[in-house]
Amino acid sequence: MSSEFTLLMCAPDAFDLKYEINSWMSIENRPDVTLAAKQWRELHRIISNDVGATVELVQQEPNAPDMVFTANAGLVVRENNDKRVLLSRFMHPERQVEVAPFRAWFEKHGYDCTEPPETVFYEGEGDSLWCGDTLVTGYLKRSDITSHNWIAEQLYCEVLPVELVDGRWYHLDTAFFSPSPGVAAYYPGAFDTYARDVIESHFETIKVVEEEALQFACNSVVLGKDIVMPSGCPRIGAELRERGFTVHTADMSEFLKAGGACKCLSLFI
Amino acid sequence: MYSETVFLEGHIVDSLVLSKVLDLILLNGGLYEITGFTMGSTRTDISRAEIMVNAETRELLDNILHLIGQHGATRPAEEILLQPAPQEGVFPDGFYSTTNLESAIRVGETWISVQDTEMDCAIVVTHINDSTIAKCVPLHKITSGDQVVIGDRGVRVTPLARRDPGSVFSFMGSEVSSERPKELVIAGLAQAMRDAKRSGRKTLLVGGPAIIHTGAAKHLETIIKKGWIDVVFAGNALATHDIERALYGTSLGVELHTGQPITHGHEHHLRAINAIRAQGSIAAAVENGIVTKGIMHACVTNSVPFVLAGSIRDDGPLPDVVTDSVKAQDLMREHVKGVGIAIMIATTLHSVATGNLLPASVKTFCVDSDADTVIKLMDRGTHQAFGLVTDCEFFLKELAAQLDSLEK
Repeated sequence: MSSEFTLLMCAPDAFDLKYEINSWMSIENRPDVTLAAKQWRELHRIISNDVGATVELVQQEPNAPDMVFTANAGLVVRENNDKRVLLSRFMHPERQVEVAPFRAWFEKHGYDCTEPPETVFYEGEGDSLWCGDTLVTGYLKRSDITSHNWIAEQLYCEVLPVELVDGRWYHLDTAFFSPSPGVAAYYPGAFDTYARDVIESHFETIKVVEEEALQFACNSVVLGKDIVMPSGCPRIGAELRERGFTVHTADMSEFLKAGGACKCLSLFI
Repeated sequence: MYSETVFLEGHIVDSLVLSKVLDLILLNGGLYEITGFTMGSTRTDISRAEIMVNAETRELLDNILHLIGQHGATRPAEEILLQPAPQEGVFPDGFYSTTNLESAIRVGETWISVQDTEMDCAIVVTHINDSTIAKCVPLHKITSGDQVVIGDRGVRVTPLARRDPGSVFSFMGSEVSSERPKELVIAGLAQAMRDAKRSGRKTLLVGGPAIIHTGAAKHLETIIKKGWIDVVFAGNALATHDIERALYGTSLGVELHTGQPITHGHEHHLRAINAIRAQGSIAAAVENGIVTKGIMHACVTNSVPFVLAGSIRDDGPLPDVVTDSVKAQDLMREHVKGVGIAIMIATTLHSVATGNLLPASVKTFCVDSDADTVIKLMDRGTHQAFGLVTDCEFFLKELAAQLDSLEK
């Protein structure tokens, strides 16, 4: 049981598929919202009860169907006792409406909010994940590479931008996660050759096969020795168990229709 | 040989971004020289490289700069150059010629947005108190001594945002085609009109006389009466045949109820013009009960402003027609401010003329039975236009129905 982690989640009160902004979304294949709510409650139960992490909630706005994907709200940094969030600037107008409610939540809870420069797109933890004390950042599909220089200046840490090349893995957190410091699990096909070289040369790697990458195996939440991942990914699950992790699985079928799963539905705060 | 210096910064060595940028320059037929480099002294420090990119042609250089720009290699921000206009109505040599895209100029440490976005203008910079204002100004409005931006140094143009795939405008793509599910497209336009209305943006309608000839006037009249249109641009012909229809029930002498030409019908449009000239204006004719229905009647009674721009082949013309085309352009320029959606129906010249005045951010919808009209509009710089090749009577009838269903 771990209580050292706190996550921000958003119950799918207004989750739906009203537009198509990634290659998973199709208006013809809308989620069953009742089933989605059930799946979200189960994910919430696993994270809070089975793993024992603290979960805070933000209320979903009716006009923001993707607000459930809280990972894209920003990147939270804790410096000593200061709570700070680098807010997102979404590429798609449909998601730009999420910035104000997320910002309001962070301000209400005492976070210092910083916005990216006006000229860059940045989609938060969706495109920036820690691997030890290095921040790996995805770019070209959603976030701009220049946003990562901005983060490097803000956080004074090493930032490794990696180019995403396949629209099915449009955020870094759909194709990469770090089970422990210095270890990267990733699906190579989502990255260009330079990015693969960077990942291989910087970290010990675990490669995820395409079949499981398509089930969003990499969209996993790492909470110490507990990992919460979408169901349907037996190979990576077995590999992680062998390495001593407790793997929890959650059926994410309805959220996959919108291009998201466990990690997209949670933000480390 | 053309060359340009770019800067690249960040953790560019460890992330191989520097290698990637240099490879991209070579792979795309350019050459590079690293003219400056500062290596971060610790793992967390960032590094900076100054790279001179060389290419055989300007086009090749621009292509390379575009490609490496995506990986963070950008040109340094330089201040604009200004020169005074030498005389009234004349730009200084080497003036920056504007596009219809949102632009900004570099003044000191900041970027200043250029107002009144319009293609084929110059940018004039003025200082009022402590603030700097930049505006697109057409040739005929330049006065001697105006400070005009020279060359493209310090000018930044923002390309249109990647299209929103959920909207009708991206759904249609940018090509012109008759092979589209028209009802879906028109439903999307109706929703876009509603969204524009809610966000306080105006909807502009630009129309040709085919709207009257095809019997579509009644649908447009309904749409205007219901408050969906905020401004109308047309020529002498649309207004004339609309009034001819209101007075005689014909358009170009053809009875709209029966589709049959009627005796002396060809005189009707001239008699209509004469009747309005006797009244002094269309508004007066409406107020005096001479014109009791039609598009122009709906405009007057609903306070929808219209600009009727004249052409060399006009009969009459109607007293409201502005025959000085520069004056007509200026009037149209005033009315396009705040427009969010432009619907252009069955008119080539007025569509192109309006397209020239519109910022590329205006959702522009062109309807014509001939694909050539949309192609011409796009060829003349209105790249944001979306075309629907269909009959205007079907289009307006369907649009009126879709707008009605939104109201319900």
